[in-house]
Amino acid sequence: MEAKIGFRNTKSVIFKGIVVFFAFVITLPLIIVLIYIIKQGITQVNWHFLTNVPAPVGEKGGGILNALWGSFLMVMVAAVVAIPVGMMAGIYLSENPRTKLAYYSGLCVDILQGVPSIVVGIVVYFWIVKPLGTFSALSGSLALAIMMLPIVIRSTEQTLKLLPDSLKEAALSLGVPYHRVILKVIVPCGFAGILSGITLSIARVIGETAPLLFTAFGNPYLSSSLTKPMESLPHLIFTYATSPYDDWHNLAWGASFILLMFVLILNIVTKVITRKWKIQL
Amino acid sequence: MENTIVKAENYNSYFGDNHVVKDVNISINKNEVIAVMGPSGCGKTTFLRGINRMHELIPNATSKGKILLDGENVYDMNAIYVRAKIGMVFQRPNPFPNLSIYENVIAGYLLNGIKVSKADKDIIVERSLTSAALWKEVKDSLHKKGTFLSGGQQQRLCIARAIAMQPELILFDEPTSALDPISTSSVEQLFHELKANYTLIIVTHNMQQAARVSDRTAFFYMGELVEFDDTKQMFTAPADQRTQNYITGRFS
Repeated sequence: MEAKIGFRNTKSVIFKGIVVFFAFVITLPLIIVLIYIIKQGITQVNWHFLTNVPAPVGEKGGGILNALWGSFLMVMVAAVVAIPVGMMAGIYLSENPRTKLAYYSGLCVDILQGVPSIVVGIVVYFWIVKPLGTFSALSGSLALAIMMLPIVIRSTEQTLKLLPDSLKEAALSLGVPYHRVILKVIVPCGFAGILSGITLSIARVIGETAPLLFTAFGNPYLSSSLTKPMESLPHLIFTYATSPYDDWHNLAWGASFILLMFVLILNIVTKVITRKWKIQL
Repeated sequence: MENTIVKAENYNSYFGDNHVVKDVNISINKNEVIAVMGPSGCGKTTFLRGINRMHELIPNATSKGKILLDGENVYDMNAIYVRAKIGMVFQRPNPFPNLSIYENVIAGYLLNGIKVSKADKDIIVERSLTSAALWKEVKDSLHKKGTFLSGGQQQRLCIARAIAMQPELILFDEPTSALDPISTSSVEQLFHELKANYTLIIVTHNMQQAARVSDRTAFFYMGELVEFDDTKQMFTAPADQRTQNYITGRFS
């Protein structure tokens, strides 16, 4: 008996060891990628790099301002489209979970989440770019917005579903009309969850290249026009990393570093938001 | 009777095909404390939620018959107006977690977008919290979140929130079932004080509580209003055998 228990304990220890080992192993890829990109990229980054557009082949220097600005602008426009639409849809799904419409639109959200980003790019290309006859930042933003939607919808829905019904009843019993109950009580109480979904969705699309390849296309110059082609960080990395010039490779490493930092910071911000702003029920 | 504030006439409630409240007729006077008691699932909470039209918010829930508030059928009025006129306190304290204590008290105004001057707000907050016997405990922390209070304090905050809207009638749905004995007695104490200005209808399955706080008691069983009488009369000499059985604990 004694020996049997001892054997069981050993098995438990071994099992725990295996679990801990794999928990550690999964952090390795991230750490390796981080170290490699920081090593390659950080030497490229300086003020000049952040405030200049790429230099022509053969010239020294040059930066990624056009891509930084382009990514920022396009993600902002995408967010302006995706956040209200996604939140409204998410509110509907959490409020009316049993309706047919909720079932089918929920299904669509799941499918949309699984659609490869390049397919989203192609669709936008045929819808917007072809009829208008020109690549444009706006079409890029639209492609990004479509990518953001499922994340915003699902995070809104999940957050609001967790709020207790008693909260809604409290407001309704005071004679507050339904739309105000949603806008003034339900959404503010779930704000941290919704906001973290939004920052996550931004982190998700800021690195998307595929949907921008044939929508925003890319632009070696600084541009703020939404109807013209625009550069973005991932697209700049793609074109410069596949070019034959060493200068451009360095530029791509620097841009990778910046992009990685963005994603990292956005993810940390998300974590902080969920922890700090979480409303105690 | 002129003194009547709420009157139910052949009132019925359903959840789908399930007939939960059956043909209730009851007449409640101003400034009375009414206890509604009965075993679980007897329809007492459903009846209460029918008075301020909260019942119909549940999918598939329907009702028939009339509930007259000051002689006017609430089912002919705008539901939002009815709910603003009748206060309600729930089983579990449910202060708004995103609002401070101060904001919670005037939530009825804030959330409805009713403009009130700062001075009036201060008056409403102090008066409501005083009526709810909470003012002394929270007057120095009005701008803290309401969820930091204890359960009993939160429940009194919810009462203050209901009072702030100046209702004539306040409905209590088992208001002390989630509270400890000390908080319970502070809330019960409050019922006596509120009686002067408001009419209270309290759903409870605690018989001792019904006996302690109410003027008249209604006993519901299987969706029917079995008996409605003076509390003393009901607990000493009930007219109906079923009431007798319930009070003596032959079933619960």
